[in-house]
Amino acid sequence: MTVFAFYLFALCVIVGGLFTVISRNPVHSVLWLILAFLSSAGLFVLLGAEFVAMLLIIVYVGAVAVLFLFVVMMLDVDFAELRAGMAKYMPLALLIGLVFLMELGMAFGAWETSEMAATQLSAPAPADVQNTAALGVLLYDRYFLLFQLAGLILLVAMIGAIVLTLRHRTDVKRQNVLAQMWRDPAKSMELKDVKPGQGL
Amino acid sequence: MISADLNIILPEIVLAVWAMLALVGAVYTGKDKMATALVWASAALFLLVAIWIGTTGSGDRAAFSGMFIDDAFSRFAKVVILVSAAAVLLMGEGYMSRHKILRFEYPVLVVLSVVGMMMMVSAGDLMSLYMGLELQSLALYVVASLRRDSERSTEAGLKYFVLGALSSGLLLYGASLTYGFAGTTLFSGIIAAATEGHLSLGVLIGLVMMMAGLAFKVSAVPFHMWTPDVYEGSPTPVTAFFATAPKVAAMGLFARLLFDAFGGAVADWSQVVALLSLLSMFLGSVAAIGQRDIKRLMAYSSITHMGYALMGLASGTEFGVQAMLVYMAIYVTMNVGTFAFILSMTHEGEPVTDIRALGMYSKKEPGRALAMLVLLFSLAGVPPLVGFFGKLYVLQAAYGAGLVWLAVAGVIASVIGAFYYLRIVYYMYFGEDREDALDAGGSPLLWGLLMASAAIMVVGVVNLFGVEGAAAAAAATLVN
Repeated sequence: MTVFAFYLFALCVIVGGLFTVISRNPVHSVLWLILAFLSSAGLFVLLGAEFVAMLLIIVYVGAVAVLFLFVVMMLDVDFAELRAGMAKYMPLALLIGLVFLMELGMAFGAWETSEMAATQLSAPAPADVQNTAALGVLLYDRYFLLFQLAGLILLVAMIGAIVLTLRHRTDVKRQNVLAQMWRDPAKSMELKDVKPGQGL
Repeated sequence: MISADLNIILPEIVLAVWAMLALVGAVYTGKDKMATALVWASAALFLLVAIWIGTTGSGDRAAFSGMFIDDAFSRFAKVVILVSAAAVLLMGEGYMSRHKILRFEYPVLVVLSVVGMMMMVSAGDLMSLYMGLELQSLALYVVASLRRDSERSTEAGLKYFVLGALSSGLLLYGASLTYGFAGTTLFSGIIAAATEGHLSLGVLIGLVMMMAGLAFKVSAVPFHMWTPDVYEGSPTPVTAFFATAPKVAAMGLFARLLFDAFGGAVADWSQVVALLSLLSMFLGSVAAIGQRDIKRLMAYSSITHMGYALMGLASGTEFGVQAMLVYMAIYVTMNVGTFAFILSMTHEGEPVTDIRALGMYSKKEPGRALAMLVLLFSLAGVPPLVGFFGKLYVLQAAYGAGLVWLAVAGVIASVIGAFYYLRIVYYMYFGEDREDALDAGGSPLLWGLLMASAAIMVVGVVNLFGVEGAAAAAAATLVN
């Protein structure tokens, strides 16, 4: 049963990845990508990493892929033209891809894990702790430095996005909340006693 | 345990906290009006931290269960990175404020990028290696396209970003193969697993892919394609930054990965590094001949120089690492001076990058022309100057490790490369006086950096300012 599920998910990942690249409609590409993400989440469940699987669905399917979908639908990019450029380099790309595939095939065919790997596994899973709790402990204790660095990287990404896109426009009226609050009837109204027949 | 760990990474913490404080402070006060002050303060802090690391550091220390290593090698690289970043930050200030691109985020991003570089040279784990690399690169992608209204600048940033993401992908895939082999991402664990038996084909492919990713960062041929375009398109102060500190960091990271994690398999990677070195030296030298734009020319020049530095690594010996470190220190010094000159190249206030505009520059500015001549001769590796000794070191290292063919090729490439450096000298002293000739004068800061760099090239011949000894100590901690 597990073997069957594995091959099913693995096939879905490969087919999803393939169609992400070759499908004509970019929206379809993103949908195929979502299939690939969902199937890899299934693979993680088979590995017993249910927390990572859920993260994959929440973050990649829920946020990233949907964002892609919006970007693809909003951007006015001529994908046919892009594809024409791609066709030019296709033979070379196929050649390199083929060579690479064969190399990897050879590598995995003769795969050996070092005899020491079992003893020095980074995070041997204890039997009595749940995955999520174990991940939390590792993340905030052993990998604390990396966690903070990841935060710095995100900070740089945020600064970068602002630096590259924020423009201060001087030709628009802005709301000044403080000025609005300071305003009272005495400042903004003037009572005039208009005599009949005279006007102001 | 945690306070001891934090104590070891204190210099990085200080810089990161400074970056955040500067960011928040500038946002709430003068915004871009604060930029000049931030540039000077950041440069001063870089120098302070460099002195701090250089004088107080001693011994080998590891923090966070070996993910961060503080040893003589990392301290040497950090001092070079910090000092060069300070110099480049200062010399770009005038240019950037003249072109209204001096935004307060620029010094903040540079500081964060330097934090990434310091993490890179101290990495003791595949994950901290990657985190440092990304922190560094991400900040660089942004500063490359700082000039938003220029098509060239945004193109440079985008090109750098896309190709950089590709190289990060290669690096990560290689790292995952290595993890699959060793069962750990710690360098100490990988070297234990690798020396115990032979390296299997899978982990070799992983190693080669990681090297490809890093070769992209040091712009070694055949992963150099982005370099000329990015150097040309970025604002000149940013180009100067690209050509100095990140190169030292990437080279330090390269050495650390090869020796700390794969030190037991020198024969396996030495040939790959030797090939990268050979191709970089020749392609850089030959392709620069056709260039008229001095920024593109410096891009090819940096590719060539990375080839020589890789020659030191390819030898796989302690002396090779020492030669590489000395070479990088000299290369950075020369580049700071050269870019100080390039930044002062203007015609009626507008920056000029065409080398033919240098015609008869020696008549107008004999002092600057002479300093540039010294730097160019040093870059070409002409004997009495310091640049020659850098080349001599790596050639000796390659010869000592039995890579005689590589050393011979290095000499030939340096003769070819001398042509385009000497052509700039020819324009300065014998060229024709064109109507777009350069203005005389320039900022005193640029003049000072140019003169200091040229003086180092001459005076340093005596004892290289003791860099050799520090580099030898650094190499000894890395290779053992």
